[in-house]
Amino acid sequence: MQFKSQAVAKPYFIAALGLFIGQIILGLLAGFEYINGTALFPYLHFNMARMSHTNLLVVWLLMSFMGAAYFVVPDEAQTELYSPKLALATFWIFLIAGALTILGYLTMSYSHLAAATYNALWPTMGRGYLEQPLPTKIGIVLVMLAFLFNLTMTIIRGRKTTIGVLLVASMWGVALLYLPAFYFPVDTVKDSYSWWWIVHGWVEGDWELVPASLVGYIMLKTTGVDREVVDKWIYIIGAMAFMSGFLGIGHHYYYIGAPAYWLWIGSIFSALEPVPFLLLIVFAFTTIRNRRRDHPNKAALLWVQGETIMAFLGAGVLGFIITLAPVQYYAHGTNLTAAHGHLAFFGAYVMISLATISYAMPILRGREANSIAAQRWEMTGFWVMCVSMLVIASALAAAGLVTIFLQRYTANPLPFMEVQQKEAVFFWIREIAGLGFFTGLLIYLRSFFVKGGYNYAAYAQQAMSTR
Amino acid sequence: MQTIFTKAMARNVFLGGAGFFLIAYLALSYDTWQQIPKRDHANLITPAVAEGKYLVDTNDCMGCHTINGEGAYYAPELDVSYKTYGPAFIRAWMMSQPTGAPGRRQMPNFHFTQDQLTDVIAYLQWVGNINTNGWPPNKQG
Ligand code: HEM
Ligand code: HEM
Ligand SMILES: [Fe+2]
Repeated sequence: MQFKSQAVAKPYFIAALGLFIGQIILGLLAGFEYINGTALFPYLHFNMARMSHTNLLVVWLLMSFMGAAYFVVPDEAQTELYSPKLALATFWIFLIAGALTILGYLTMSYSHLAAATYNALWPTMGRGYLEQPLPTKIGIVLVMLAFLFNLTMTIIRGRKTTIGVLLVASMWGVALLYLPAFYFPVDTVKDSYSWWWIVHGWVEGDWELVPASLVGYIMLKTTGVDREVVDKWIYIIGAMAFMSGFLGIGHHYYYIGAPAYWLWIGSIFSALEPVPFLLLIVFAFTTIRNRRRDHPNKAALLWVQGETIMAFLGAGVLGFIITLAPVQYYAHGTNLTAAHGHLAFFGAYVMISLATISYAMPILRGREANSIAAQRWEMTGFWVMCVSMLVIASALAAAGLVTIFLQRYTANPLPFMEVQQKEAVFFWIREIAGLGFFTGLLIYLRSFFVKGGYNYAAYAQQAMSTR
Repeated sequence: MQTIFTKAMARNVFLGGAGFFLIAYLALSYDTWQQIPKRDHANLITPAVAEGKYLVDTNDCMGCHTINGEGAYYAPELDVSYKTYGPAFIRAWMMSQPTGAPGRRQMPNFHFTQDQLTDVIAYLQWVGNINTNGWPPNKQG
């Protein structure tokens, strides 16, 4: 670690992983309510578990993005962070506000939470991912502003690289795109239309710069590739993401009340959205194949490669399958959407977070890479989580298909609840695979408790003797 | 990719492409904004409909249900509920929750007053009349 202030990334990463555990536990509880609707009902309504699950996801991803930015930006700018103290203060504010909000979700009914936080003064509550009460929303904006001020001042004082500038720009995008959360028209169509500015604008626009620049950064650090080459790739990936994604948002406007021209515009442009994800694969794999040096952190490279593949499968393949207007007509709002949401979020954003943590954490703990034993735990966790997530997505996709053929694309449509009962087997598979995912997460976390760094001498000796 | 295609060119494609498509999106959105009030009969958003939406939002109906396909997939689509079941059934349904049927997914009782139930139903009726390009495919949602 070249700059002392990069160390502020560490609490962000640790808290992110802690919240990740919470996210998965609540996902398991929500998944359980799918197969048994009464056991938990007196204590935890499905929607409480669900909003805690999705909000924890967003909060921990933001935590890890912030940690990544605090780690990468000083290094790229070649200067200390503008204010490490401010970074630590915002860390605690963000963590405590986040924890209190989740506690609010889990301990009281949503209407009580709304009343207790004076939602009626300026209604913002009740939209997916944006369930936060008004004080939390304001807190998020203030924390983001402090974070952006800190990063921007750092970049202004230091070297302006493509990676650094784009990472900071994408964080500005995160904050700006969150602002429509305060705009909540009574007109439901305008409400949905603007809600997608945040959700689609984040995951299929602005956030795509995060994996692009972080994969670029890790490639730069581990393979000895030229910066010039990395920069070109990042720009091209970003260009493809924005050129397809800005109008690709139309795939959410087909059937919510917006005009019919979105059927065409949304289909054509969202069909191109897989391209940046494909380019990310080509970028990572060719760069690693042409590497000029071998970095001892094999686990980080595995995460990077896995992230590009899984993001492509989740966003590129599953996203494409459901994105054309005639398909959406039957798939809209089924568990096929959830299948896609899970695999895409995991592949693109969970895995880029874990890849960055994998690269940065050993350095933050004073070594270039972890011991072989620790990396073995980490890579086992990688495989168990990836395979489990593929099973989860497949089970949800199967459930979605059953809905399509029994409830929608049929001359004799059955009622929703009747169809859901026929899908029970898939919800069981999802839950069991979810337990597998949780096990994978624990295996992964175990790797942090294996002591010691990478032992170059022992490794060289072992390599010699097996030759 | 090496020499002919320079980094400056890549950056210009990025900035130019992003700028162009942002403007295209804003122009289309402006047009959409003009059309929405006609397509969703915004003139029929009475105080009861608005109050109904507030109740739907602050009780997180979309934490279990979809409305126009958005929300959660745990419980049925609400866009069709008014047309499929009618106001009297919806009122009775909301008042009789939860069913307590063993193992079956449960819907909470929100303890709405009769007036509040009227508002929620007014909102569902309004939502059901939005021109959604023919979605959902049938009355099961
Ligand atoms: C990493 C990138 C992506 C992530 C994290 C992601 C995530 C999601 C999530 C969570 C939803 C559900 C939103 C809700 O709660 O209603 C969704 C919906 C959707 N996504 Fe993506 N997505 C990504 C990329 C893509 C791409 C590239 C495509 C198209 C090729 C796509 C097509 C769709 C469509 C059509 C829907 C609407 C489904 C429906 O309304 O039933 N997504 N996405
Ligand atoms: C143990 C593993 C998991 C289980 C059992 C689980 C379960 C669930 C359940 C039951 C829902 C609600 C679906 C509905 O509305 O009916 C949900 C939603 C969601 N979960 Fe998970 N989840 C798990 C892991 C994850 C992971 C790792 C991620 C992120 C990568 C994630 C992201 C999401 C998202 C984005 C939604 C909203 C989806 C949508 O609206 O389409 N989940 N999850
Ligand atoms: Fe989208």
